[in-house]
Amino acid sequence: MNRRTAIAFLAALSFAAPVCAGQAVAQTRLTNVSYDPTRELYKDFNAAFEKSWKAETGEDVRVQASHGGSGKQARSVIDGLNADVVTLALAADIDAIASATGKIPADWQKRLPHNSSPYTSTIVFLVRKGNPKGIKDWGDLVKPGVQVITPNPKTSGGARWNYLAAWAYGRQQGGDDKAKEYISALFKNVPVLDSGARGSTTTFAQRGLGDVLLAWENEAFLSFKEFGEDKFEIVYPSISILAEPPVTVVDGNVDKNGTRKAAEAYLNLLYSKEGQTIAARNFYRPVSPELADKADVARFKDLKLVTIDADFGGWKKAQAEHFGDGGTFDQIYQPK
Amino acid sequence: MSQFRFRSPSALPGFGIAYGFTWIWLSVIVLIPLGAVVLWAASLGPAQIYAIASRPQTFAALRLSFGLSLAAAALNAVFGLIVAWVLTRYSFPGRRLLDAAVDLPFALPTAVAGIALAAIYAPNGWVGSLVPFRIAYTPLGIFVALVFIGLPFVVRTLQPVLADVDRELEEASATLGARRATTVFRIVLPTLVPPLLTGFALAFARAVGEYGSVIFIAGNIPGVSEIAPLLIITRLEQFDYAGATAVATIMLALSFVVLLIVNLTEAWTRRRLGRG
Repeated sequence: MNRRTAIAFLAALSFAAPVCAGQAVAQTRLTNVSYDPTRELYKDFNAAFEKSWKAETGEDVRVQASHGGSGKQARSVIDGLNADVVTLALAADIDAIASATGKIPADWQKRLPHNSSPYTSTIVFLVRKGNPKGIKDWGDLVKPGVQVITPNPKTSGGARWNYLAAWAYGRQQGGDDKAKEYISALFKNVPVLDSGARGSTTTFAQRGLGDVLLAWENEAFLSFKEFGEDKFEIVYPSISILAEPPVTVVDGNVDKNGTRKAAEAYLNLLYSKEGQTIAARNFYRPVSPELADKADVARFKDLKLVTIDADFGGWKKAQAEHFGDGGTFDQIYQPK
Repeated sequence: MSQFRFRSPSALPGFGIAYGFTWIWLSVIVLIPLGAVVLWAASLGPAQIYAIASRPQTFAALRLSFGLSLAAAALNAVFGLIVAWVLTRYSFPGRRLLDAAVDLPFALPTAVAGIALAAIYAPNGWVGSLVPFRIAYTPLGIFVALVFIGLPFVVRTLQPVLADVDRELEEASATLGARRATTVFRIVLPTLVPPLLTGFALAFARAVGEYGSVIFIAGNIPGVSEIAPLLIITRLEQFDYAGATAVATIMLALSFVVLLIVNLTEAWTRRRLGRG
């Protein structure tokens, strides 16, 4: 190749490159900003959506999922991350986006069925194989010598569900005063507060710390898959909380990106037979169990569940009362 | 000689332009971001900042962060001096390898360092299973991480100075009949005090702000093993930007005071010992 052809070749390349990139941009792109333990769920689901959208409209769509602690993810969206849909661990984090940016209407949670939560989960105990400390229920967690692993409710969405589930048990023993007493005793037995749910799972499963991990049901099942069924057991407590991780379209962003139709179809697919099946397969409780595989649904045990709205007056109230500055969580660590 | 002369004569021209660049560069890289932090915090007003600062949890975290950082920097000053001494004064097989290893804490992503330390010092880790007390998830674990990340700062500031030290002075001192301890304390160490203080200050500054490597090995229990940078993250996660910058401003002010003291001490020793 002489010098002139080489130059021509390079010039051709430099023209071709932006054209190729241009084609890639022409394809619709959806960004789903989600929380930590949904990695596997959305990997499955995004592939399914890309296929169904292609079949329906003939358009190619690429879904990008971003995962991290729920609060941190919400903060990224507030700071300008161009999310088309958000699928976070708790409504409070989406409320925060709504009030800070105005990109989501305040009544967003009424737009989709079941409080905009296509799947739910709950909080269970993961214990070491054979349950050497004989842990059956919340009451066993405050016994001396039992170590409990849970993330910090100030930083982790999952941990807030853990905390409120524990509170619900305490309250059942004799009102909110009893609950406060119970929760301080419980956190006396917590040797490490990781900042996120995945961090706590690592501390418990890999570092070998603690006797019981308070975990999302889906994380508990997933840890079987990850670390082997011969290491851990799931214990269902007598009472727990209905965790509703909600989803919504970020209106301000989809209107700018021209992706509203795809984004809405994406969330609707979560409620369909396909979406519910995928959710159940990934250990989330489908809101319409009749649509999912029977074998998957059979894994979920029935237990008494309290809800954030009926029992704690909604996230706004629970957040301020328990996790805000000077809330019940801060009071646990207040030197007396 | 007047104390504040605007320019010193130099053989090379270009003071004006270099001076301008210095201001622009420092403003863009350092002063503007820090100014933004202080401005954000200022939106709270002094009463609220004081309320945040005086909360027992904040106080405990600041005490832990600054106390452990000072302790870790001090330990690094002692052992970093020995390491630097060995690496510059002696030659032995594996010296270059050791020398290169000193930089590892610099180069390693802090999260990797943190996970590695937590794995080793956890109760089921190599070291953690050998000792009868807990290291990881206690303040001791934080201390270990801070010593780890601070070491290269002391060694690397000392090495060039040690290489430049006039060995004839030591020999003269020895031939004039000084005892070994006298030579070490009167001849060798005084030259090394200023760089040692610089290394100490750098190691301290790094340790105070360190998050990545510490967070995996600290237990993060409020009031016990919760570091001040975690308090900032916690507030951010709760969308409390102003509160986060308030804690940051307090840390900034404390760090500034500590570094100022170290720098003044250094200047004082330089003057006193008549070297530079």
